[in-house]
Amino acid sequence: MSSLVQIKDVTKTFHRGSEDVPVLSGLNLTVAKGEFLALMGPSGSGKSTLLNLIGGLDRPTKGSVSIGDDRVDQLSERALAAWRARHVGFVFQFYNLMPVLTALRNVELPLLLTHLNKAQRREHAETALKVVGLSHRLKHYPRTLSGGEQQRVGIARAIVTDPTILLCDEPTGDLDRKSGDEILTLLQTLNQEQGKTIIMVTHDPHASARATRTVHLDKGQLSTAQPE
Amino acid sequence: MKYLGLIWSNLKRKKLRTTLTVLSIFVAFLLLAFLFAIKEAFTAGVRIADADRLIVRHKVSLIQTLPVSYAQRLAGLAGIDAVVHMTWFGGIYQEPKNFFANMPVEPEKFYDLFPEFTLSPEAKEKWGKTRNGVIIGRALADRFQWKVGDRIPLTSPIWGEPEGESVWDFEVCGIFDTSKKGADTSGLYFRYDFFDESRTKGKGEVGWYTVRVQNADEAGAVAAKIDAEFANSPFETKAEPEGAFAAGFAQQIGDIGAIMIAVLSAVFFTILLVAGNTMSQSVRERTEELGVLKAMGFTNGLILVLVLAESCVIAMLGGLVGLGLAWGLLQAGNPAPALLPVFYVPDQALIIGFVMVIALGIISGAMPALAAVRLRTAEALRRNG
Repeated sequence: MSSLVQIKDVTKTFHRGSEDVPVLSGLNLTVAKGEFLALMGPSGSGKSTLLNLIGGLDRPTKGSVSIGDDRVDQLSERALAAWRARHVGFVFQFYNLMPVLTALRNVELPLLLTHLNKAQRREHAETALKVVGLSHRLKHYPRTLSGGEQQRVGIARAIVTDPTILLCDEPTGDLDRKSGDEILTLLQTLNQEQGKTIIMVTHDPHASARATRTVHLDKGQLSTAQPE
Repeated sequence: MKYLGLIWSNLKRKKLRTTLTVLSIFVAFLLLAFLFAIKEAFTAGVRIADADRLIVRHKVSLIQTLPVSYAQRLAGLAGIDAVVHMTWFGGIYQEPKNFFANMPVEPEKFYDLFPEFTLSPEAKEKWGKTRNGVIIGRALADRFQWKVGDRIPLTSPIWGEPEGESVWDFEVCGIFDTSKKGADTSGLYFRYDFFDESRTKGKGEVGWYTVRVQNADEAGAVAAKIDAEFANSPFETKAEPEGAFAAGFAQQIGDIGAIMIAVLSAVFFTILLVAGNTMSQSVRERTEELGVLKAMGFTNGLILVLVLAESCVIAMLGGLVGLGLAWGLLQAGNPAPALLPVFYVPDQALIIGFVMVIALGIISGAMPALAAVRLRTAEALRRNG
């Protein structure tokens, strides 16, 4: 399989007042197209920071981040926003749905940035919700949905633009085991049947077991060995 | 257009807060429109005054009268095209609260000097044949439901009643309209010959003259010439442009413009704080959501526009409805015809009001919008974790 994500010698340092806090140091990672990668590690190990760098939400202090042919770290803010809209789908731990919008309109949101007309946007959003098994919840507001259903809406929103890569930040972290399993099954299906490349940050070994590969991050460095 | 749904949904997020903010803006702009109407009521005379018309009054005050013979001398001065005299009659219809202006004039000269008042040829003919005839303005006719042929009894504390009569008995010969927006049609005019023959005192005296100069650019010079003509006489004059005369009236109440600006500034500033606070709260509450939008690919520019559009919609919902309601109410009728005969929201004020609505939306939304733009996406998303 060809590589989709190439991270080379990435260092990320945050500045807190006069203090420099290194989070990632000289990190290298390659993710193949169609891979389902689990990114594990203790709190503060830099998992979310790495995910943000891959998703173009942040820039490395040093090194390069390439997704496909794009050097994400070198894009302007505006180009980066356009790139995210075209290539990245985010799934968040706390779903981050708009409470004032129905499930359908939440899923439709990313499509506002496309040239699709209203009917096409609706059609795409309905299809995405059908994929995650929520065809019967189109008109429901997030507050009337269970946690598992809200996360399904979040996944539908992430896949509705058919992005190159799905970035999931602890997608089962706020769910009970049963709902979490359903979400993981859904992600696995998207990976296996639709060939979506997925990078998932998780604390949960049960979740990482569903991935095709797991990497561990500790103190800003990757290690392939599972910690004791 | 495709973002309107998102903007509208965000406005419905806290319905009570949005409603209260919209209401406060609505009340402010309703008040603003009425203030504009009040200002217009005081200054319309200045605005619609013709540059080629001068008012010639007694040098001491408007209360002092001038001889009617001055008409001939004024007409004979170089640079003067036409002359008409007027006299404050002060007639009362039934009771003092029914106040309206009523003055004796010479009809033909009156038509000539005040072409902005339009009267039908039939009415002119009837007025010419009826010694105690009057013409009344449209606003006055509407106010008292008077029509042609009606009789109007007036008493005049200034001039008293005609010999052997208990009232001045007038007959309506016509109703005049105006071709000039803001011109006062709340007055009543009757014939000077009837007035002068019937009054028991002050015969041969008039209140003031309105003269039209041949060249508006020379109005100042003509005014000086008039005053020089009557200098050192028992009836010295003060000639001034019609606009200055009207402004002098308005200034008796105070500097309406300065009062308006002071009140408007206070109102606008207060509403700015209210709307700004609402928008700031609204944006603060949505930090994570804004982060999600940015993660999706919404650019900073788009976020800026969305937040500003939201505040503009709030401002427009309140402001435009407030302005519109005030305009509609005043179109339907004058609530204080006796006090403020000319009372409407001028078109220019509506435009200023509209600009203020948009300015309110942009200024109140600017700080929260910039805060939303400055928001770092990763940081915004982290706040939820």
